[in-house]
Amino acid sequence: MTPKVELRNVVKAFDDKVVLRDVDLEVDPHEVVCLIGSSGSGKSTLLKCVNLLVDIDDGDILLDGNVITDGSVNPNDVRQKMGIVFQAFNLFPHMTVLDNIILAPTKVHGVDQAAARDRAAELLEQFGLLDKIEEYPDRLSGGQQQRVAVVRALATRPGLMLFDEVTSALDPELVAEVLGVIKGLKEDGMTMIIATHEMGFARDVADEVCFLDSGVILEQGPPQQIFKNPQQARTRQFLQRIMDAGRL
Amino acid sequence: MTFPPDDVKSPGLWPSGRFRRSGKRQLREEGARSALIAAGSTVIFFGLVVWWILSSEFWPAVQKQFFNPENFAEAWPDVVGDISLGFKSSFPFIDFQGSGFWLNIYMFLIAEVLILIFALILAMIRALRGPAFFPLRALVIVFIDLIRGVPIILLILLLGFGVPALQLPGVPRSELFWGVTTLVISYSAYTAEVYRAGIESVHESQRMSARSLGLTQFKALRYVIVPQAIRNVIPALLNGFVSLQKDVALVFVLGIREAVREAGIYTAATFNYTSYIAATVLFLLVSVPVARFTDWYTERDRRRRQAVGAA
Ligand SMILES: Nc1ncnc2c1ncn2[C@@H]1O[C@H](COP(=O)(O)OP(=O)(O)OP(=O)(O)O)[C@@H](O)[C@H]1O
Ligand SMILES: [Mg+2]
Repeated sequence: MTPKVELRNVVKAFDDKVVLRDVDLEVDPHEVVCLIGSSGSGKSTLLKCVNLLVDIDDGDILLDGNVITDGSVNPNDVRQKMGIVFQAFNLFPHMTVLDNIILAPTKVHGVDQAAARDRAAELLEQFGLLDKIEEYPDRLSGGQQQRVAVVRALATRPGLMLFDEVTSALDPELVAEVLGVIKGLKEDGMTMIIATHEMGFARDVADEVCFLDSGVILEQGPPQQIFKNPQQARTRQFLQRIMDAGRL
Repeated sequence: MTFPPDDVKSPGLWPSGRFRRSGKRQLREEGARSALIAAGSTVIFFGLVVWWILSSEFWPAVQKQFFNPENFAEAWPDVVGDISLGFKSSFPFIDFQGSGFWLNIYMFLIAEVLILIFALILAMIRALRGPAFFPLRALVIVFIDLIRGVPIILLILLLGFGVPALQLPGVPRSELFWGVTTLVISYSAYTAEVYRAGIESVHESQRMSARSLGLTQFKALRYVIVPQAIRNVIPALLNGFVSLQKDVALVFVLGIREAVREAGIYTAATFNYTSYIAATVLFLLVSVPVARFTDWYTERDRRRRQAVGAA
């Protein structure tokens, strides 16, 4: 089976600072991979590389078996096939929820206005946000904004979703509603790469957990193995710190 | 626990409730009093200034030269000008057959619309990233630097007299055309910088999310960045309106019969400067309301943002 996404020896440096070194990763269709690791370990950078928001310095990234990082592929075409949701709610503040959602379908994918609206309404209904369709983002709670961001990313029917710490800017009581949405996507069979600080969530939802340390995937395996029986001293240390902070 | 504590009785230590209420009233009275003082001192100050001017031994001469009601009435119609003469179309501008201040307003409106469009195009080109766009970006930067480095009046003379003198086939010769064109070129360079400040004020994450949705650079600018940028710089753009409205008069050097030129013609014929005062009045009638509006709008916008920030 061709992996949905494949990273081969990916290297990324900002100026002299190497942020990803020889990262190899395979994500199969319908698989959910969680990236964990301390702040600055390179989780966000990895996701942005897959989305081609940052250029890699060496190695290859493949999507559905095709190399997307050799410069011959239009990044806009690649981005149209995946959705990404960031930590800060990056909704467009001058547009209503509806306009946020139908922007890409209508202006990038050429879907007609009426069809895009229908799809938006359907998704909003599914996520319990239909009554907010004409609202502006700054009138929504953080959790609602983040769910709208998920809907916006889903509106173009992506085959892959990337999540970058989507709950870390939320009040604790709003975290569950957003994580619930992601769990729902897993049940629908969505392929996902999720950078997260929520270890409990990673344990529940991940098929595979990767521990990143200074730009290297130090340890990788099913959640039971990573969380119950980590092999690397660094992984144990990281999980211990998380546990001490009461977040596992 | 409330502060001051409820059980503190000593009126000497803590202000009693009644005292605090009267404190509020005292504030209101102080407000009324300071308004009264402001009004009073304004009347006295300007009264003194006017009295001092009017009682000066030079005043009669000044009045005769600058504030003569008869000359004012005589010069006024020419300085205001005329729009009844109709339009004659000559690509790409409609050639305006009017004169005086109406012509100023006409030039201002045409120029302002073109400036807002042209400057936006410049700013958007400048905001494009990536090596492929380097030549375009460089061209825009050089253009903006050069134009901003030259006095407007010099550009008007160069283009307004210089280009028609070349007698190139197919190139318009009308002074009006070149006068307005120069204003558009010059003001576009400044206005492009205003837009640029607006574009840079939109957070980088907005561009990134737009791009992550698959929007091209241009579409990200068009649908996401620029609408937010413009909202951020409306006050600065309005200030540009006021400035342009006055600078339009500079084209008088080309012999265009707008308000200042008409006033000059009257002065040349009568050796009386009241016509210039008439022109001044006309400019103020337009500029001051726009300036007040700009202030009002800026203040309202600031309040709104604070309200959103607080929510
Ligand atoms: N645009 C950039 N320019 C320079 N350095 C950067 C840039 N983006 C990220 N870095 C650096 O790369 C390293 C990895 O950053 P990254 O954001 O990928 O970490 P992270 O694992 O997502 O951390 P966090 O958990 O805090 O989000 C950091 O040291 C960061 O300072
Ligand atoms: Mg991060």
